Amino acid sequence: MTSDDTILEIESASISFGGVRALIDIGFSLAPGSITGLIGPNGAGKTTLFNLITGILPPDSGQILFMGQPITGKPVHELVRMGIARTFQNVELFSSMSVLENVQVGMHTRTSCGIFGSVLRTPGIVREETRSQEKAAELLEFVGLGEHAERKSADLPFGWQRLLELARAMASEPKLLLLDEPAAGLNTNETDMLGELIENIRNRGVTVLLVEHDMALTMKLCDRIVVLDRGNLIADGPPRSVQDDEAVMAAYLGKPGNDNKNKASQST
Amino acid sequence: MKKPDKHTIACILFAAGATAVGLMLDDPYYLQVLIFIGINTLLALSLNLLMGYAGQISLGHAAFYGIGAYTTAVLSATYGISPWLALPAAIFMAMAVAYIVGKPTLRLSGYYLGMGTLGFGMIVSIVFREWHSVTGGASGFVGIPPLEIAGFALDTDRSYFFLVWAVVLFFFLISRRIIDSRVGRALRAIHDGEHAAAAMGVDTARMKLSIFVLSAAMASLAGFLYAHQIYFISPETFGFMASIRIVTMVVIGGMASIWGSLLGASLLTILPEWLHAFADYEMMVYGLVLMLVMIFLPQGLTRGIIDLYNSSRKKHDQ
Repeated sequence: MTSDDTILEIESASISFGGVRALIDIGFSLAPGSITGLIGPNGAGKTTLFNLITGILPPDSGQILFMGQPITGKPVHELVRMGIARTFQNVELFSSMSVLENVQVGMHTRTSCGIFGSVLRTPGIVREETRSQEKAAELLEFVGLGEHAERKSADLPFGWQRLLELARAMASEPKLLLLDEPAAGLNTNETDMLGELIENIRNRGVTVLLVEHDMALTMKLCDRIVVLDRGNLIADGPPRSVQDDEAVMAAYLGKPGNDNKNKASQST
Repeated sequence: MKKPDKHTIACILFAAGATAVGLMLDDPYYLQVLIFIGINTLLALSLNLLMGYAGQISLGHAAFYGIGAYTTAVLSATYGISPWLALPAAIFMAMAVAYIVGKPTLRLSGYYLGMGTLGFGMIVSIVFREWHSVTGGASGFVGIPPLEIAGFALDTDRSYFFLVWAVVLFFFLISRRIIDSRVGRALRAIHDGEHAAAAMGVDTARMKLSIFVLSAAMASLAGFLYAHQIYFISPETFGFMASIRIVTMVVIGGMASIWGSLLGASLLTILPEWLHAFADYEMMVYGLVLMLVMIFLPQGLTRGIIDLYNSSRKKHDQ
């Protein structure tokens, strides 16, 4: 059922919002264990594509296969169970809860205690809870927040909140991890640490797809880069080749390329 | 779980205190007031699980309270069935109704549940009033029998005091267990951010429905206890104003606070008793208290008092 060379396959996915074509016939696939960067100017459709993959929006046409299975139309929580996790562009932690509890919520699909279980507290439930706490603590260690487990998540400095989000996403034992601008708002130091962390996550066998505006980080980290511009996939390849691609330069810098209309508007 | 559990200790102390009060207090009036505080605490706690922890507002919670009271009244008085058999029926009835009301409204996020339960509460209170042949209509339902345990009738205020507070204490314990579990974390996650909760794999619609149904069951149990305490029920006890009073108990006492439910319920049971002196101004004083709490202690009295205590201690330390 699962093919060895792709974990995620997007097949000519399109979606429009009230006449605006947000994504046009997008097709690419991800190799297991790879780190792929998704870049493009603002409004290129990166977030929309994330929303398609995580099940928040269904594509108008085309389909998405995760480990060989079509996932279009499946509810978000089902996709998490299958192994797709994400972080958010504007860190969305559970602010009233402790750092440890945030990570434990990430384990929701990997634990099973229900209302009756929680009331009865059978030995099995107690074991599950202990295991979940241990695993959460381990993941906090992994991202370097081991000492802050008991703090309220809202009290962490911003950079640490990003790390906590990563730990929380990892708690669902994902096979595919989508990171939406993980370095936004981080200083150089923190960005370097984040790069190492993402590398470590990949070394744990997780496939990573990230949207990122920090080009230095993207170029260093990614095996491959997919470029979107106004809903079109305009380039796809290793960082080096994408960097030199004319269409990409045009999209980013507004240089002529073969876009004459753009040229005309610039000259006026 | 490993540390000595603060909540359990508090519950034990509370149980000891309640027992002492129950044994020593002789005045039937005060015992009655304490019984009503207990019933209201159960109601407030049921709504607090839904509203304070999961962030879902019910503006028709008194309907479930009424369903519990009327179901046991009809079964035990009209049909002569033992109240202990009527109890599961009353609870099941409330759960079934909650499921039917909650299933469509809880799929949506935002205030749909508030709107839905508002309408639902009104419909239920109209049914209580207009279905004369079964509910006795606006004049109320008389002749509800007292509860009996092993041939011993719980018809004294003292015995009922112990029954009610034992039930409340039981729900203090299980509420804490639920809140600290995987389920409780998922509920709090929904409150903090529904999209993020879904993105962590929480089936938000199902989770909200479960807690809504549990909450309805608890409110129904409170209605059962109420009916067998005063032997007479009438529709206005379970109308819109009653629902708003339960919401106020939760807000004043403190959202997402188990002990806040006790505080809110106590205040809203005792205040009207005191405010009789103000007669016509009762509602004004009541409104003023609510406004002051919202302005100065928006997180409710419990949290407000704890924060005041902590900040004064900090100042003292410096």
